[in-house]
Amino acid sequence: MSDSSARKGMGLDVITLGLFLSVMALVSLFLTANTHDPLMKVHAVILLAASVLGIVGLFMRAAGGLNFDQSRYEEGIIKAGVIATTLWGLVGFLVGVIIASQLAFPNLLYFENIGWLNFGRLRPVHTSAVIFAFGGNALMVTSFYVVQRTNHARLAGGVWPWFVFWGYQLFIVLAATGYVSGVTQGKEYAEPEWYIDIWLTIVWVTYLLVFLGTLWKRKIKHIYVANWFYLSFIVTVAMLHIINNISIPIGLTEHKSYSLFAGVQDAMTQWWYGHNAVGFFLTSGFLGIMYYFVPKRAERPVYSYRLSIVHFWSLIFIYIWAGPHHLHYTALPMWAQTLGMTFSIMLWMPSWGGMINGLMTLSGAWDKLRTDPVMRMLVVSVAFYGMSTFEGPVMSIRAVNSLSHYTDWTIGHVHSGALGWVAYVSFGALYCLVPWVWKRARLYSNDLVEWHFWISTIGIVFYITSMWVSGIMQGLMWRAYNSFGFLEYSFVETVEAMHPYYIIRAIGGLLFLIGALIMAYNLWRTARGDVRKGENVPDAAPLSIAIPAVQ
Amino acid sequence: MTYETVATFAQTWGLVYFALIFALVLVYALWPGNQKQFDEAARIPLEDGPLDDGENKND
Repeated sequence: MSDSSARKGMGLDVITLGLFLSVMALVSLFLTANTHDPLMKVHAVILLAASVLGIVGLFMRAAGGLNFDQSRYEEGIIKAGVIATTLWGLVGFLVGVIIASQLAFPNLLYFENIGWLNFGRLRPVHTSAVIFAFGGNALMVTSFYVVQRTNHARLAGGVWPWFVFWGYQLFIVLAATGYVSGVTQGKEYAEPEWYIDIWLTIVWVTYLLVFLGTLWKRKIKHIYVANWFYLSFIVTVAMLHIINNISIPIGLTEHKSYSLFAGVQDAMTQWWYGHNAVGFFLTSGFLGIMYYFVPKRAERPVYSYRLSIVHFWSLIFIYIWAGPHHLHYTALPMWAQTLGMTFSIMLWMPSWGGMINGLMTLSGAWDKLRTDPVMRMLVVSVAFYGMSTFEGPVMSIRAVNSLSHYTDWTIGHVHSGALGWVAYVSFGALYCLVPWVWKRARLYSNDLVEWHFWISTIGIVFYITSMWVSGIMQGLMWRAYNSFGFLEYSFVETVEAMHPYYIIRAIGGLLFLIGALIMAYNLWRTARGDVRKGENVPDAAPLSIAIPAVQ
Repeated sequence: MTYETVATFAQTWGLVYFALIFALVLVYALWPGNQKQFDEAARIPLEDGPLDDGENKND
């Protein structure tokens, strides 16, 4: 390795980040001093503490001598990302179990005078924790890993990737503390208020620049398809986030803001955002994971690279139009509803093309499903991707939607995608990444992966079947008329009828959480370098581990 | 500009635009000359060993 590729000490990246953090400290100091809004004050103090910690951390690292050796991959950030993904996953699943139990037993954690733990406050904590904290960290960590490995380039930007990592964790903390204390703009999956939105924008644009900078440095001419999926996820989420959050705060030292859009335009913007959060955050990004980790784990190239290109371009061109299906039978013009429905149905094609591409990558290696539980987890995730992308277009059809909308069927659908697809493909990636970046020959225990897989899968089955039954029953009860033309059931009768299914759902969620706890234990022991005794498993680790002796 | 003109434009030229884009993607993906490039690209994840010096111990 030549000296020119290694850089030690202060560089432009350290100076710019130091300046940025100083400005941030001054702004948050100003907010802390001037705001009369107690909720804003709490967040201003958190921001101030974060910027001071950031400056201290930066100086300590710079004093210790930064070493960004361009002939090595950045793997410290991968380790941090793996830990963050695992921990946030546990938090998100736990809050999910709590709110599922609250739906079954409404008095649970209900305090008349303190709203902090009410269902309405905890629900966005759950959704944001699983989507943005768990899913977002999974996407960030895998994208940082994949973009380096498939382009043979170290992560660009020096210390800035670390800003992206910690800045994103700060966003999560601000969002979650805001939700429980009542800071929300009430837009589903876009609840954080204006100043948290601005913070996320800064972090996200930096993420985009780090990703693009790494692509710019690449030593492989062709940009591998997984990077295209990641890039579309980063770019589109930036666009969606900025446009959906255009709002005017009631004052620069107040947390409250009002959306610039009104009425049905606001609704349409929100669901253009909301559905593309599904399309580009929860689908496109995780397809990036699929296109790298499935071939890597199966040790064979993707079934059809050509199909992956058609999959990518048709998926991103179609998904962006599907949002209006969230607004059937509303003030939204009929033509816009029909447009959303039509594009949702068209999505069958790229979705199933992608699913087939992922599954058929296993052709000739199907025995790995039996011998490698991590491979099985990845394959089952792709199968769930196929299942939920079949169900989604069906539910977007106006006639079906008249039954399914506002019922638990939607919740069941979302969770077959979120638990079965998003979480499983992330678990698969975590099981791969930990031995790779901690340089271990194998996982601590394959048996524990088996336990995780089966407990979680049973949990998912409990969850989605109970929600199918509950949701369709709920929809049918709502539309039932008696012979006099009156509604057959009152609302509270539907709630009572759903009670048993809510209990089954909570059990399903609990099983899923137990599975994730087993995973966290297994990953921790793997990182420590332990190997469970009594397990006779051949090393399942693919090629990417650098074994020093081989040179 | 009425709703009808916008709708007509979207229903005709929008369709042409989408069909054209899709055709271009298909031509690019299926062009025989690209076969070799794609075969090599498909192997990228399998050949992503350590960077230059053959060893990637952590910093």
